[in-house]
Amino acid sequence: MTDKDNYKAMFCNPNWDYETLEAADEVISRIGKEYLRLKTYPNQIEVVTSEQMLDAYALTGLPTSYPHWKFGKDFVLNQNNYTKGRMGLSYELVINSNPCISYNMENNSTCMMLLVIAHACQGHNAFFANNYMFLDWTSADSIVDYMAFAREYILKCEEEYGEEEVERVLDAAHALMHHGVDKYKKPSKVSAKEETERLKKLTLIKRENYNELWRTLPSMPDVQETSNSDDHRFPKEPEENILYFIEKYAPALPPWKREIIRIVRKVAQYFYPQGATKVMNEGFATFTHYHIINKMFDEGYVNDGFMLEFLKSHSSVLYQPEYKSKFYSGLNPYTLGFNIFMDIKRICQEPTAEDKQWFPDLIGKDWLQQVHYVMENFRDDSFILQYLSPKVIRDMRLFTIVDCEYEDEYEIGAIHNERGYRKVREHLSNQYDRATLVPNIQVTKVDLHRTSKLHLTHYIQKDRRLDANSAKDTLDHIRYLWGFPVELHSKNKLGINETTFEVK
Amino acid sequence: MSHIIDRRKNDKGKSTGNRQKFLKRVEHQIKRAIPDIISQESIKDTKSGGSVKVPVRGLEEPHFRHDPKTGKKYIVQPGNDRFSEGDRVPKPQSGEGSGRGKGSNSPQVTEDEFTVVLSREEFLKYFFDDLALPNMVKKLMESTESFSFRRAGYTRDSVPSRLNIKTSYQQSLGRQLALKGVFDKKLKGLEEQLEKTKKKEEREALELEMEKVRRQANTIPFFEDIDLRYNNFERVPIPVTSAVMFCIMDVSASMGQHEKDIAKRFFTLLYIFLTRQYKNVELVFIRHHTEAKEVSEEEFFNSRESGGTVVAPSLKLMDKIMRERYDESWNIYCCQASDGDVWSKQDALECKNLVLETILPNIQYMAYLEINSKERESDLWQAYKRISNDDDFAIRHVYEPYEIWPVFQGLFRKRSEVVS
Repeated sequence: MTDKDNYKAMFCNPNWDYETLEAADEVISRIGKEYLRLKTYPNQIEVVTSEQMLDAYALTGLPTSYPHWKFGKDFVLNQNNYTKGRMGLSYELVINSNPCISYNMENNSTCMMLLVIAHACQGHNAFFANNYMFLDWTSADSIVDYMAFAREYILKCEEEYGEEEVERVLDAAHALMHHGVDKYKKPSKVSAKEETERLKKLTLIKRENYNELWRTLPSMPDVQETSNSDDHRFPKEPEENILYFIEKYAPALPPWKREIIRIVRKVAQYFYPQGATKVMNEGFATFTHYHIINKMFDEGYVNDGFMLEFLKSHSSVLYQPEYKSKFYSGLNPYTLGFNIFMDIKRICQEPTAEDKQWFPDLIGKDWLQQVHYVMENFRDDSFILQYLSPKVIRDMRLFTIVDCEYEDEYEIGAIHNERGYRKVREHLSNQYDRATLVPNIQVTKVDLHRTSKLHLTHYIQKDRRLDANSAKDTLDHIRYLWGFPVELHSKNKLGINETTFEVK
Repeated sequence: MSHIIDRRKNDKGKSTGNRQKFLKRVEHQIKRAIPDIISQESIKDTKSGGSVKVPVRGLEEPHFRHDPKTGKKYIVQPGNDRFSEGDRVPKPQSGEGSGRGKGSNSPQVTEDEFTVVLSREEFLKYFFDDLALPNMVKKLMESTESFSFRRAGYTRDSVPSRLNIKTSYQQSLGRQLALKGVFDKKLKGLEEQLEKTKKKEEREALELEMEKVRRQANTIPFFEDIDLRYNNFERVPIPVTSAVMFCIMDVSASMGQHEKDIAKRFFTLLYIFLTRQYKNVELVFIRHHTEAKEVSEEEFFNSRESGGTVVAPSLKLMDKIMRERYDESWNIYCCQASDGDVWSKQDALECKNLVLETILPNIQYMAYLEINSKERESDLWQAYKRISNDDDFAIRHVYEPYEIWPVFQGLFRKRSEVVS
């Protein structure tokens, strides 16, 4: 009993110290493990100042990264916004690594510290450690190592080839970051040491391969020109990972530039699941801290005053302005995710007639097991498509606006009623589908024997065309890396070319 | 078990390098923005310290993206309060479209809002990058330069008086611990051997060996040469020279608010410039119409007193103040601003002679700024033109705020200084 009183005294004192954090972590880990059955990576909790938090922001949370002006720009931007009071810093930042590193702001109160530890070190951590996207697409064990390797490598390149040239390559590779992700092939997991060794071996081999592949044979040019058969087509299948394609096949790229592209590609790959699971990840972490802190209250670790502060922070995290509010800036992923997870729990425990019809699989199941199952096996679009319930749609009063290019008015597509549930759910799921955000562009052809011209195809979906200026600028970057002319065709669903962008 | 680390003490400024890279990228924009900044009211801020905001553009990071205006989009929003399915709502006017809040989780930055905040130091660096005060070298050579010493870490080699005992002791302690560990290990090994063997000879040999090791362990020297650390100092030159700037402004009726404003900006620039070069900068404000008067800064720029124009008395007053207050050790600069109107040709002539005979021999540099639209050459301009040589006396026309910076640059461009 005295032990618990001790904890209580610590947790309810707004000024925390090192022991408070240790005690909090101990209690929270235990509850996470026993009550929520969370499996996590070991935690590394770092207490940082606001300046350090800004640094961490600029490097998107990674403890280290290669040098680039873009990170400086982000830093300046955040700093401006922060010092002007336009932006608050989040209370925590957590990265997908093993051990799982989280940064906690020093000026958090004790209550906030506990919330953050429960949110980040249990919620996010468990999500990273169990969600299939993260398990399949990232290697939490080696990312910190790999970034250290990347930093060193790029610094060396700067020394050898000059900062400007390195920057040029990085700029170009960054422009294609969204198109540097393998969505179907799983990347291999290698440590930084293996990476360095591989590098040494491969540069030579790669070069030879490239000679073989790109040897231009001047014999029989006529035949090759006329024969448009698929045998001579390269690549055989369209390749959606443009960065990978360039890294592998750009005719005249020196090995060190290929390696830089590879680094950017790896980083893109590492962040790919993050973008695809924002709603789930935040929702689950919020769900976790909510349960853990309540459990702590139930077990008598914290008092009423603590809970009041907690509920205030918790509800401000979940604040969702309505569409017409001046604070509205899209759906709050915390709110949406949390609501869905809470609803899964509710359906398991107290299903209504409607739920029985919509979610027969959940009825009467162990809620925790179901929450785990969902957390592990979905990503935002599939999560919403599967689990956004009529009740959540009603509670949030979701509705769809249809914005058609050729109309002068918006149309209300669906609202929170019987007829609208399925449509709203589908539309919202689409909204989180990567294909809606990132244009579908693939490498379709290379003029192997004549011009080495690179052909890209943009498959137009829902009549959404490319922004011409940015497309042109991006093509310039591709031109630089590829070293030969580049052409981009935007094709509609009939396969007819609508627009062509070209860089000679 | 979790690991809790207090990071607050270290690792600050991780982004400094990247920030510098970023600044380098927008350097030409910052430099280009400087004339604008000087033309704006904000010049006062640069004097008082603090920061300067420079808007920058062209920092988009291009990538393939959809044109937001095209296609058919379904946007889900919360908080429906009045709509039913099939309702139609007019689209908002102006090109904004539905650009915001579409559920994309990348916060869009509108580029025109992007400003870089430079610290005073950074700003001055860009500001004065290519400038140098004329005749700086001459005076510096004459004055006795002095140095101050600043701590700069430790060295291994220096004079005994600089020995840093604490650091040396730490080094020694580390070495002793390390060496002792080796001996202890050796001793332990020997002891184990001793326990194992029964043979007398071997035992004796071992005991002898142990005794030797013990002795060695006890005689680890307390200080060795490699432990010693000395305080290191750097010689830093300190500017000892002082400078005084005479600001002479015509406040006759013809000098309107605009002209005074231009003059003020120019003086301010000069002041910032001087404070960077000299440890001690003084300002003397002289205003004149028919008579010349020394005034405070406040009065200099704001008083409304005016009258006809006689210029020569102001130069005489300057000469007088110079002789009374500023001896040889001062670097004297003078900047005269006027619209060029003079009472008579005689006045202009007198000015010319004054400058040539009594002022120039005693000062470093004088700039005459004529604030008019160049439509005609004033009497003063014509008189000065004959003696201006740019080396220690330069004359320039300025009329619009944006002309100030180029003129200033022209006046103070770094020259290939030859020290004879």
